[in-house]
Amino acid sequence: MAANEVITSGEYIKHHLQNLTFGQFPDGHWGLAHSVAEAKSMGFMAIHLDTLGWSFFLGALFLGLFYRAGRKMSCETPSGFQNFVESVIDFIDENVRGSFNGKNPLVAPLALTVFIWIVLMNTMDLVPVDWLPVLAQKIGAMFGADPHHVYFKVVPTTDPNATFGMSIGVFILMLYYSIKNKGIGGFTAELTLHPFESKNPIVKVLLIPANFFLEAVSLLAKPISHSLRLFGNMYAGEMIFILIALLPFWIQWSLSLPWAIFHILIVLLQGFIFMTLVIVYMDMAHDKGH
Amino acid sequence: MTEVGALLHIAGALLMGLGALGAAIGIGILGARFIEGVARQPELMGMLRTQMFIVMGLVDAVPMIAVGISMYILFAVA
Repeated sequence: MAANEVITSGEYIKHHLQNLTFGQFPDGHWGLAHSVAEAKSMGFMAIHLDTLGWSFFLGALFLGLFYRAGRKMSCETPSGFQNFVESVIDFIDENVRGSFNGKNPLVAPLALTVFIWIVLMNTMDLVPVDWLPVLAQKIGAMFGADPHHVYFKVVPTTDPNATFGMSIGVFILMLYYSIKNKGIGGFTAELTLHPFESKNPIVKVLLIPANFFLEAVSLLAKPISHSLRLFGNMYAGEMIFILIALLPFWIQWSLSLPWAIFHILIVLLQGFIFMTLVIVYMDMAHDKGH
Repeated sequence: MTEVGALLHIAGALLMGLGALGAAIGIGILGARFIEGVARQPELMGMLRTQMFIVMGLVDAVPMIAVGISMYILFAVA
């Protein structure tokens, strides 16, 4: 926290929780929002440049590093990084073999991408909360912007737009493979003939509304709980880092160090859980049991 | 302190405390069962540990989210 600016702790927290928003103003022109109210007034026609930028950058970093490891692969003298990549791929492979029973070459690469990408995005939480936003403010000031109005949120997974983007992508894949593997009829039957079953056709028809209601709720709850779990965990972690940053600088290490060490567990665990749920949902979509 | 501010503080405290209480009981039972399972069949330890961590992550999410929201209420809203 910069010492020469008089802002309250509430303002400091809110400043940290605001994205760098680019969008269409109510009067029609496009530009960067300079305040929370302006960002709100843009409504749906707005994108978060910081979320998109960091997630694309980290995705490109993941692809680049793994591509390089694949090109420079050698059996005689494996480098340390190659061993690391191999152990990650073995780990994913083991998990996919353990919980996925269908046949689909897409699932393991999808799980690998989701896992590494989310872990990288979550790891941005371990960068001290003020470094990158203050750097962004300095760069903004060079281009003539008021530093107080330069918002910058570094961790993409603390933005629900990013986590919902991923979970809805997975949800669409799930619907696609459900319909592809079970057919429209099989998919509809799964939605309407469960969990209450009957041999009598008339009772079967009568039970359709109740079944459909229950199944529709559980189907729609999947992407929502999937994304909110990741978002909530990372948001809470970021929130606590921001609160620790409000303390005087000479005492911060005593709280931020233990929290950061604990947070390493959450960073990996949430990436792992997101990946496991992707595999489980894909397995459900390929399961022709019913 | 205004009445609204006081109520917000109580809301934040309840969020944090009750969320932690539920998850503590849940994770306690989970850990006890994990150790029981390992004591019965030590060769399943690796598999059980993975499963335990998955469930722990699922359970752990709720109080962590509650802590984040209650911190936001306590320090940014109230």
